[in-house]
Amino acid sequence: MPAPHATNHPERKETVTAELSGMADREFRAVDLAAERGERLLFEHLEFKLSPGQLLQVSGRNGCGKTSLLRILSGLSRPTAGEVYWGDEPIRSVDGGTGSCLGYLGHQNALKEDMSAEENILIAGRLGGGRPERETVLAMLGGLGLAGYEDLPVRFLSQGQKRRVALARLLLQPRALLILDEPYAALDVQVIEVLRGAIEAHLTRKGMIIITTHQAVDIDGDCRNLHLG
Amino acid sequence: MFHPLLALLRRDLTLALRRPQDALTVVGFFVVVVALFPLGIGPDPEFLRSLAPGVLWVAALLAVMLSLERLFSDDFRDGTLEQLLLVPEPMGLLVLTKIVAHWLITGLPLVLVSPLLAIQLNLRPDEIAILMLALLIGTPILSLIGAIGAALTLGLRGGGVLIALLILPLYAPPLILGAGAVDAVMHGSSAQAHLSLLGAMMVFALFATPWATAAAVRIMLD
Repeated sequence: MPAPHATNHPERKETVTAELSGMADREFRAVDLAAERGERLLFEHLEFKLSPGQLLQVSGRNGCGKTSLLRILSGLSRPTAGEVYWGDEPIRSVDGGTGSCLGYLGHQNALKEDMSAEENILIAGRLGGGRPERETVLAMLGGLGLAGYEDLPVRFLSQGQKRRVALARLLLQPRALLILDEPYAALDVQVIEVLRGAIEAHLTRKGMIIITTHQAVDIDGDCRNLHLG
Repeated sequence: MFHPLLALLRRDLTLALRRPQDALTVVGFFVVVVALFPLGIGPDPEFLRSLAPGVLWVAALLAVMLSLERLFSDDFRDGTLEQLLLVPEPMGLLVLTKIVAHWLITGLPLVLVSPLLAIQLNLRPDEIAILMLALLIGTPILSLIGAIGAALTLGLRGGGVLIALLILPLYAPPLILGAGAVDAVMHGSSAQAHLSLLGAMMVFALFATPWATAAAVRIMLD
């Protein structure tokens, strides 16, 4: 199995507006990662480095280990070999756990069906240790085209709308690194544009993003590509 | 209500209030099981009285057991359990908060409804008081120990039966001590020894089981 390779896109100009948090100036590194599923080796000797303001797009065929890689990077799974570093510390021993430096959105939206979109986001914000403002949440939901749906229990929303609520929740968490697994799934064109804007804004704030997608979405910023398989 | 743990507690209680049938089925099960005993073994009041501590405790065990599967499975299915692992609080405390919510929703109602059933089984007021006290100390132990089983069977087929096999043997000590406390009062001695041991067991479970449960959740989500 060939080792994955990282390719550099030419750097583009960017403007810095605001720092995210004290942790935002750290690099995110994967060193000699390997993962297997069942008995099958998904990848090995995988290395990359992500600096503040950079985006990493993970691509590859179905079943090549994109989701496994993202779960390892977010500290949810253990790699078969290797280590993920946040600055100089292994990510699993960072103060406050991996969740204090990164936000993760997997295939599941992690929404409570019996609660409204607004409640879901407010509770997730409080769980993360923040004090989310109702107005900010409503503005974010409005921006993602969910104005008028804030008070409805999530079970009445469509798949795409649920995905938008989950994205709104993630974007409202002040985390330096956002890890997004197929964020464009079930989204319509307008929302993809909004999301692109949010990703670009996160990058200009010196945030980092790791994303998997099958769609080519042109993002302005320092983008790198990691091809698996 | 801004502390993360309080937010989690409030979330679980709100969800339980929006779906009251989940908690009500547990209490209903407890009531029905206890009510079936006089029908099965006859209406002799003295005989019923001597069986009452054991019947009430076994019914409480089974009722708690019935509710355990839902402790983590809803969060597991919709992905919120995964997000809980990423909350910057110790997973042991988050798990403990969920167990407290579980006890408030299922254990506490059992304690509150037990006097009615005890009257039905012909227990005297002082025995009923000890029964309630024993259940008040004992049902948290049931939730705490049961959480380990609930976490270990996450995402497995036939998880409910497996929980019963894993956890019921561990429920023997609280059952013996809890029923024994009421028995002791019934025979004119003090329930203090039983209740003290039950209390010690609760303190131990309070400190040890959340971490074991958190480790089990991490393994099952890996």
